[in-house]
Amino acid sequence: MRKTALYDIHKENNSKIVDFAGWQMPVVYSGIRDEHMSVRNGVGIFDVSHMGEIRIKGQQAHEFCQYLTTNDLNVVKDNQAQYTVLCEESGGAVDDIIIYKFSGDEYFLCVNASNSKKDFEWIVSHSKDFNVIVTDESLNYSQLAVQGPKSRDLLVKVLGPEIDLIKKFYFNFIKWNGSVLIVARTGYTGEEGYELFLPWEKGPLLWKKLFEDGIQYEIAPCGLGARDTLRLEMGYSLYGFEIDKDINPLESGLDRYVKLEGDDFIGKNALLEYGKTGKKRKLISFEMVDKGIPRNGYPIYVKDDLAGYVTSGTLSPSLGKSIGLGLVKSESLNSGEIQVEIRNNMRKARIVSLPFIK
Amino acid sequence: MVDIPNDLKYTEEHEWARVNDDWVEIGVTDYAQDALGEIVFVELPGEGDDITIGDTFGGIESTKSVSDLYAPISGEIVEINEALLESPEIINEDPYGSGWIVRVKPNDSNELEKLLDSEDYSEFIENQAEE
Repeated sequence: MRKTALYDIHKENNSKIVDFAGWQMPVVYSGIRDEHMSVRNGVGIFDVSHMGEIRIKGQQAHEFCQYLTTNDLNVVKDNQAQYTVLCEESGGAVDDIIIYKFSGDEYFLCVNASNSKKDFEWIVSHSKDFNVIVTDESLNYSQLAVQGPKSRDLLVKVLGPEIDLIKKFYFNFIKWNGSVLIVARTGYTGEEGYELFLPWEKGPLLWKKLFEDGIQYEIAPCGLGARDTLRLEMGYSLYGFEIDKDINPLESGLDRYVKLEGDDFIGKNALLEYGKTGKKRKLISFEMVDKGIPRNGYPIYVKDDLAGYVTSGTLSPSLGKSIGLGLVKSESLNSGEIQVEIRNNMRKARIVSLPFIK
Repeated sequence: MVDIPNDLKYTEEHEWARVNDDWVEIGVTDYAQDALGEIVFVELPGEGDDITIGDTFGGIESTKSVSDLYAPISGEIVEINEALLESPEIINEDPYGSGWIVRVKPNDSNELEKLLDSEDYSEFIENQAEE
């Protein structure tokens, strides 16, 4: 089991530690609800150092990264980030990632912890015909997510006024304490927020500094539990649940991140074919009408027919009601009532649009 | 420290039973509520329902996890703790008191003999922690 550079801090601060994707990670600090609301109203700090980082460098870095990913990389400028998907030839997802463009010949990928080894091997195995060097830098970086409406004020205070110049989904290199941090205005919570990549051993120092300077901002340390409820309220996909080897990005509702008109990429033919023959499955978002919390794997029925299953569900801390995402047959309705089978009982739910919180 | 009162009976599913003359009160242990985290939903049976030893009779959920409730004894539900429907977090706050879940009229008081006492249960969770 791996530990992040912040493990001792998490331990000392009485967080609940669980095994996650081969890492010992804090799942809860003070309580998921409190942490969640701190991010919605103040600022929450997450240690996400378990996430993987892969650097792709070389003359053909741009062509290669475009070949690997479904989104259109040509529109991305230097210092800009893009959400995109790595697909297999079959169209199934290897991972969903954020790609950071340093320049036309250098890209930096932030990948899911659970996939980072697989992604690296996948990328290397497809790199032979390209003039690029691929390096797994996952253990070089600590990563902190600073999320919430007060995140900008906090980071200006800690890192300086250049923070104010970073536009949404852009990043910049900021000097701090003798190191250069990658500060990206990205996140997984739906709030204003930043993700900071810094040298592994500097993680604890920055964590402490954020809390020292953050007292006035309703700051809270947050665990993976709140990360999950926050992303779910926005309807963001989580690899292994809404998107997977067997769930292609069109089924996941990620159409706008899949550019079938543009340059070639691995999986494009399969996805084109899939689009032509009509989707077989689609992702729906729903809230419970009856009592109960939908959970991964619970069956979804439309009228009396089994239509699919719940991919993720929770009691939304912001709304106080149960919400869920589900993968269903595409001919199922787009609105109206469905049933979720919860512990052998049929419970009514209603299809709603995303995000769950407006 | 996990609280394990010595006047209660326990199961390996982390339920406790308080035996009275008229009924047996059932809840989940301090260890269970701590492991679950903030409890956000409790599904209860109806009053008058029969429950069977070892079978599930409801559920208890935190934001992240779901656990079934297993009947420590067979019998009829004479009362459910309706306060939990509105405020399930009472179980976190007071698992052995106001966080009780149901009261059951036992069919067979011999079943109570099979439950663990506080020492057995304490040993059981220590062994679990070591695994």
